[in-house]
Amino acid sequence: MLADKDRIFQNLYGFQDWRLAGARKRGIWDGTKAILEKGPDAIVEEMKKSGLRGRGGAGFPTGLKWSFMPKQSDGRPSYLVVNADESEPGTCKDREILRHDPHTLIEGCLVAGFAMRAVAAFIYIRGEFIREREHMEEAVAEAYAAGLIGKNNVHGYDFDVIVHHGAGAYICGEETALIESLEGKKGMPRLKPPFPANVGLYGCPTTVNNVESIAVAPTILRRGAAWFAALGRPNNTGTKLFCISGHVNKPCNVEEEMGIPLRELIDRHAGGVRGGWDNLLAVIPGGSSVPLLPKSICDTVLMDFDSLRDVQSGLGTAAVIVMDKSTDIVRAIARLSYFYKHESCGQCTPCREGTGWMWRVMTRLVKGEAEVEEIDLLLEVTKQVEGHTICALGDAAAWPIQGLIRHFRPELERRIAQKRGAKPAIAAE
Amino acid sequence: MSTRRLAPDQPATFAFTAENLAWAKDRIAKYPDGRQASAIVPLLWRAQEQQGGYVTEPMLRYLGDMLGLSYIRVYEIATFYTMFNLAPVGRHLIQVCTTTPCMLRGSDEILDACKKHIGPKPQTVYGEGLWSWMEVECLGACVNAPVVQIGKDFYEDLDGPATERLLDDLKAGRAPKPGPANGRFSSEPLGGATTLKEVKA
Repeated sequence: MLADKDRIFQNLYGFQDWRLAGARKRGIWDGTKAILEKGPDAIVEEMKKSGLRGRGGAGFPTGLKWSFMPKQSDGRPSYLVVNADESEPGTCKDREILRHDPHTLIEGCLVAGFAMRAVAAFIYIRGEFIREREHMEEAVAEAYAAGLIGKNNVHGYDFDVIVHHGAGAYICGEETALIESLEGKKGMPRLKPPFPANVGLYGCPTTVNNVESIAVAPTILRRGAAWFAALGRPNNTGTKLFCISGHVNKPCNVEEEMGIPLRELIDRHAGGVRGGWDNLLAVIPGGSSVPLLPKSICDTVLMDFDSLRDVQSGLGTAAVIVMDKSTDIVRAIARLSYFYKHESCGQCTPCREGTGWMWRVMTRLVKGEAEVEEIDLLLEVTKQVEGHTICALGDAAAWPIQGLIRHFRPELERRIAQKRGAKPAIAAE
Repeated sequence: MSTRRLAPDQPATFAFTAENLAWAKDRIAKYPDGRQASAIVPLLWRAQEQQGGYVTEPMLRYLGDMLGLSYIRVYEIATFYTMFNLAPVGRHLIQVCTTTPCMLRGSDEILDACKKHIGPKPQTVYGEGLWSWMEVECLGACVNAPVVQIGKDFYEDLDGPATERLLDDLKAGRAPKPGPANGRFSSEPLGGATTLKEVKA
């Protein structure tokens, strides 16, 4: 198990003071000036060496992303935008950073902003997180008052932090939709290219990073890339916040080492699966968008980007949704289909029409009110949506259904047969 | 996507209170020059609060004039973002998360409690303006599921009886305690954290 001294989020649960005084006791804002004195290029290089991959879901190398920002301004300012629009079902890790350790994020904004030569950071918090936003705003005010950020601050790099918020739209977690929303428009994703590093917020070079990616940066730079890279496995380094929800005895958030076996994660921190490990039906390992895994895979799989990709799923946001044998698995996935239908922004036809269509078929499949052929038709439609939209919401709507059909097709067929009053077909031995 | 339109009955006017107007000017100033449109969501939010929980057509015109935005742009914002309510809501708006992580932990029971105590239909004001309830998508507190948002606060780790007690408190004018209803502090495992034990406060 990861040692407590190697945990970055020392106030994950809010047992201690989240304000500046408490943050300083935990070592936040310690030696920040020395980090900046290394210079932007050295910071980016150190982040690359740490192997940190973005914690928002896609897992893109953070240092590499920062390196895309222009080194010389063409007159336009550069911006850092922090994606705190945490809305992926199952995910509730950034919430803990916002409300219990906001100064880790503010310090991260300064360091990351300096490394990418940005003049300001905008922190975009989802609308529902009102108390979390209040903590964040208060912490930012503290940081200004203490001269840690703002004009003529003690770190010698003028930098502003602005807390912004949304009003209920999952799509604004997509980086270009978030930028649109921040500009005061509907949150509809932009076509890429141009990428935000060239044309982002207000037409200026912009990098959008997840809260966790930014908040871990100062600790990595204080302790060194080698420390972070020694945790986890190659290409999957460091620590990670996991959210374990659903049918476990003790649902919780916890910071653990990347690559921890799924079973160990659940047994050690979440009190085990309700009714014991053998009562497990399936797990969605990385937030609602990634395909579920049946128990046989859960027995041995490791929790990191590459291990989960190898079993046709993904680490995503590391939100582990556990389902025991009492679960109506078809209803559980159909509810996700409703979610994506509800949250589709409507810009691309395959997603706007497809999410509704898939949800309606899924609703019938819950009761078995369908033809067996419709399972393949549904799978075909998911493939027509996937990869044919501007952003990944279409993919996210398709993958849970693909995972269900891949691993639970017999259950879908059983329901259809049962509805017709026929006995379920038994495979010949 | 769903179709969202303003309510048929609209008040004649809207204007910020002096306090909110001062707040709005301060808010607009946070954004770069010429980028005041960025303030639309925060301003509309504050306006919705002032109006008692929903947005109105004169409000959209008022904010459009304030920010130099065409009215249709403000209308788009109001109808795109689902936390803007387009019709009156109760003084207490009970937002029940029913997305899969909450569903797995028993959000059906929460809905039953709301139907029984408040009234059968969602987005309908009951009790002479006292309250209304609605289903919402993932609130982002999944390890504390099932979760309900009322006003600015989350009420977590609920079940049917705990929800009924919560609603009784609201009806009686008592302020229920936000956060987990099962005795834990926040998102640590129930009964005590498995980590961070060596960390001194």
